[in-house]
Amino acid sequence: MIAEIGQYALILALVLALVQTVLPAWGARTGDATLMSVATPVAYILFLFVGSAFAALVALYLTSDFSVVNVVDNSHSRMPTIYKITSTWGNHEGSMLLWVLVLALFGALVALFGGNLPERLKANVLAVQGSIAVAFLLFILFTSNPFLRIVPPPAEGADLNPVLQDPGLAIHPPLLYLGYVGLSISFAFAMAALMEGRIDAAWARWVRPWTLAAWVFLTLGIAMGSYWAYYELGWGGWWFWDPVENASLMPWLSATALLHSAVVMEKRDALKVWTVLLAILSFSLSLIGTFLVRSGVLTSVHAFATDPARGVFILVILSVFVGGGLALFALRAGELKQGGLFAPVSREGALVLNNLFLTAATAAVFVGTLYPLALEAVTGDKITVGPPFFNLTFGGLMLPLVFAMPFGPLLAWKRGDLPGVAQRLMVAAGIAVVAAVVTAAAEDRGPVLAPVVLGIAVFVMLGALTDLAERAGVGRVSARVNLRRIVGLPRSAFGTALAHFGIGVCLIGIVCESSWSLEKIAAMRVGETITIGAHDLTLTRMENRTGPNFHARVAVFGIREGGVSQGEVVSGKRLFTARQMATTESGIRTFGFSQLYVAIGDETPDGQVSVRMTWKPLVTLIWLGTVVMAMGGLLSLADRRLRVGAPKPARRRVSPVPAE
Amino acid sequence: MTRKGRRLVLIAVALGVLGLAAGLVLTALNDTIVFFRTPTEVAERQVAVGQRLRLGGLVETGSLAKQGTSVRFVVTDGNGHVTVAYTGILPDLFREGQGVVAEGMLKPDGVFAADTVLAKHDERYMPREVADTLKKTGHWMEDAQNAKSPPAAPAAGALTQ
Repeated sequence: MIAEIGQYALILALVLALVQTVLPAWGARTGDATLMSVATPVAYILFLFVGSAFAALVALYLTSDFSVVNVVDNSHSRMPTIYKITSTWGNHEGSMLLWVLVLALFGALVALFGGNLPERLKANVLAVQGSIAVAFLLFILFTSNPFLRIVPPPAEGADLNPVLQDPGLAIHPPLLYLGYVGLSISFAFAMAALMEGRIDAAWARWVRPWTLAAWVFLTLGIAMGSYWAYYELGWGGWWFWDPVENASLMPWLSATALLHSAVVMEKRDALKVWTVLLAILSFSLSLIGTFLVRSGVLTSVHAFATDPARGVFILVILSVFVGGGLALFALRAGELKQGGLFAPVSREGALVLNNLFLTAATAAVFVGTLYPLALEAVTGDKITVGPPFFNLTFGGLMLPLVFAMPFGPLLAWKRGDLPGVAQRLMVAAGIAVVAAVVTAAAEDRGPVLAPVVLGIAVFVMLGALTDLAERAGVGRVSARVNLRRIVGLPRSAFGTALAHFGIGVCLIGIVCESSWSLEKIAAMRVGETITIGAHDLTLTRMENRTGPNFHARVAVFGIREGGVSQGEVVSGKRLFTARQMATTESGIRTFGFSQLYVAIGDETPDGQVSVRMTWKPLVTLIWLGTVVMAMGGLLSLADRRLRVGAPKPARRRVSPVPAE
Repeated sequence: MTRKGRRLVLIAVALGVLGLAAGLVLTALNDTIVFFRTPTEVAERQVAVGQRLRLGGLVETGSLAKQGTSVRFVVTDGNGHVTVAYTGILPDLFREGQGVVAEGMLKPDGVFAADTVLAKHDERYMPREVADTLKKTGHWMEDAQNAKSPPAAPAAGALTQ
């Protein structure tokens, strides 16, 4: 019964999405206000119906209804409740439903918060959103229906893939989808602007908060996925340059570029065409990511089982939206008026540089991800493009960008003073050089470049602080005025500084982890001790433990530092009974920002167990840095100027803040 | 600076960045890509000693030998057999008779020194290269692959190495 309700809700949602696509767009074309006003209520109801379908699927999982194929394949009656819920989207069908749910949610949010949008723009935006919903609802109904029944129903399910039985599944996919699909709003805005052939600074003001929100979710989603892979896979790696990871990194890079170019457009009315193109490209990359993951074209560590019908269907969706978007862009971009002149050395110039590097880096990741597929299709040669490729190309393009980052916010709009800015960054640069030299002197291991990168990271962090200090006039006016100015700064100024600071933090973590980790692999018996860095690990005992749907064999290690006990760390192997599949549970202990990472292998009959232990200096900064970045984004989002929106493009109040 | 001058500077910078990107990508593609080879190709010495490559096939039953953390096993595609030496912890899904991909290089004595070992990560999944190789050499058992699959095949995604 519940499955049928879900099925009907999906079909009705498809009809509603069609209505939301056709009527408002028709109304916008003919100037019919009644037709245009259909968009808002339909967007709400669409969300309601997709939400009902999703709730129905969750209910099926919660009650372990094994008459539904999807539940049989991915659930087990003895799974903890949290995993029964999360397994709803831990499979292909359910995750596509979550995708559409997020899409409908964003559509409803545009309808809700879009009160100050011009009627025609709003109608067109919701129409474009509706058309995306149509495409993906068709995809679900025809190729990936989660509500199919099975006769006769089996007594027990096949269990969720053990690797996915982790709280990470509860957070990672929803966050990632909020990011991916959030970019559909920027895309819809771009399409609507092109349909009207009109675009101005106000457009950028409407688009920026949506892009920013999507960017924040995408940042957190990627970081969360990285940490999940780090602790769950027992490998200790936090980024594998796996195609699926790249699929989420590409939209992130492109959305980052879009955020920055939208600033130029909002403030200076320049880079219009480019901003629209980036909006189209960002969502296209989201779709390509969906295609790569869902179609099974990749031999990926994430790859879902292959089904060509799905691949072709998504490829059609991809070509319609990407091709359609780019075609409309080619037709109409010429009509968009360019404004706002600027000198090469200026804030605008710096943002253009940022965009150039980010798009080049996106392109490099794109080539590395798709080249093996293309080569195999053409020549039949099977190759792997692995971390060395990406470290060289992506690293080579990101380092100059990161180095240039502190300069950007300090440059004035229109015409900047580079020597002046360099002078103001002297303190930051000086400390960074000292940090690099001290690190190089203290660490004789690791690549030569590592201390340099560390120095750049410090430079970025201090550069962000310099920006705030400069705005407050530190050193030029009294401390009281400094304080008043700091308080008076717009939140977006803090947002920028915080986000840039976060990149520096993240970079420090990356450099330290990849250059100065210590690793030991050994076969140990109970009672034996191994020293790694400043820590001594003793294998105190081996135990059997039992979970709801698995048996575990764990190794308990005592940690000592300079003879003082620092507690225990536990690593184990779990054997999941339903799938007869084993997973490694890594043991992680955090000391400050660094971590001790322990994973065990098989136990031999004579009681030896292979152990891999790694000391990872400052590794947590990688994820803390991304959280700081996301907080920067949230702060910007809370900026009053963005919330208020822009009823009239050119009107700007004189603000009491001097350097803005 | 004139409007034209500004535009020229912009274009020059853009070309510079693109040139840098293209240069990096082409260099990296030349130096860092790793080819996939079958045991037959390796056993017949079609690959140079010391060249990085990926070797994929089935772990021969009964070939696994452990000594402390050092492991040796034989990878086969039915025709060729290559001994692989590896130090470290094998992946959870590593089993004799199952698909495996090892990355590393061939040593002069014909032993393949692996620094990374990837196993298939799901009862129904096998590295695509391995599946293709087995199909080519006629060792692919369609039934064995499908026996465990429930009616509607897709397995939940796994992210294990």
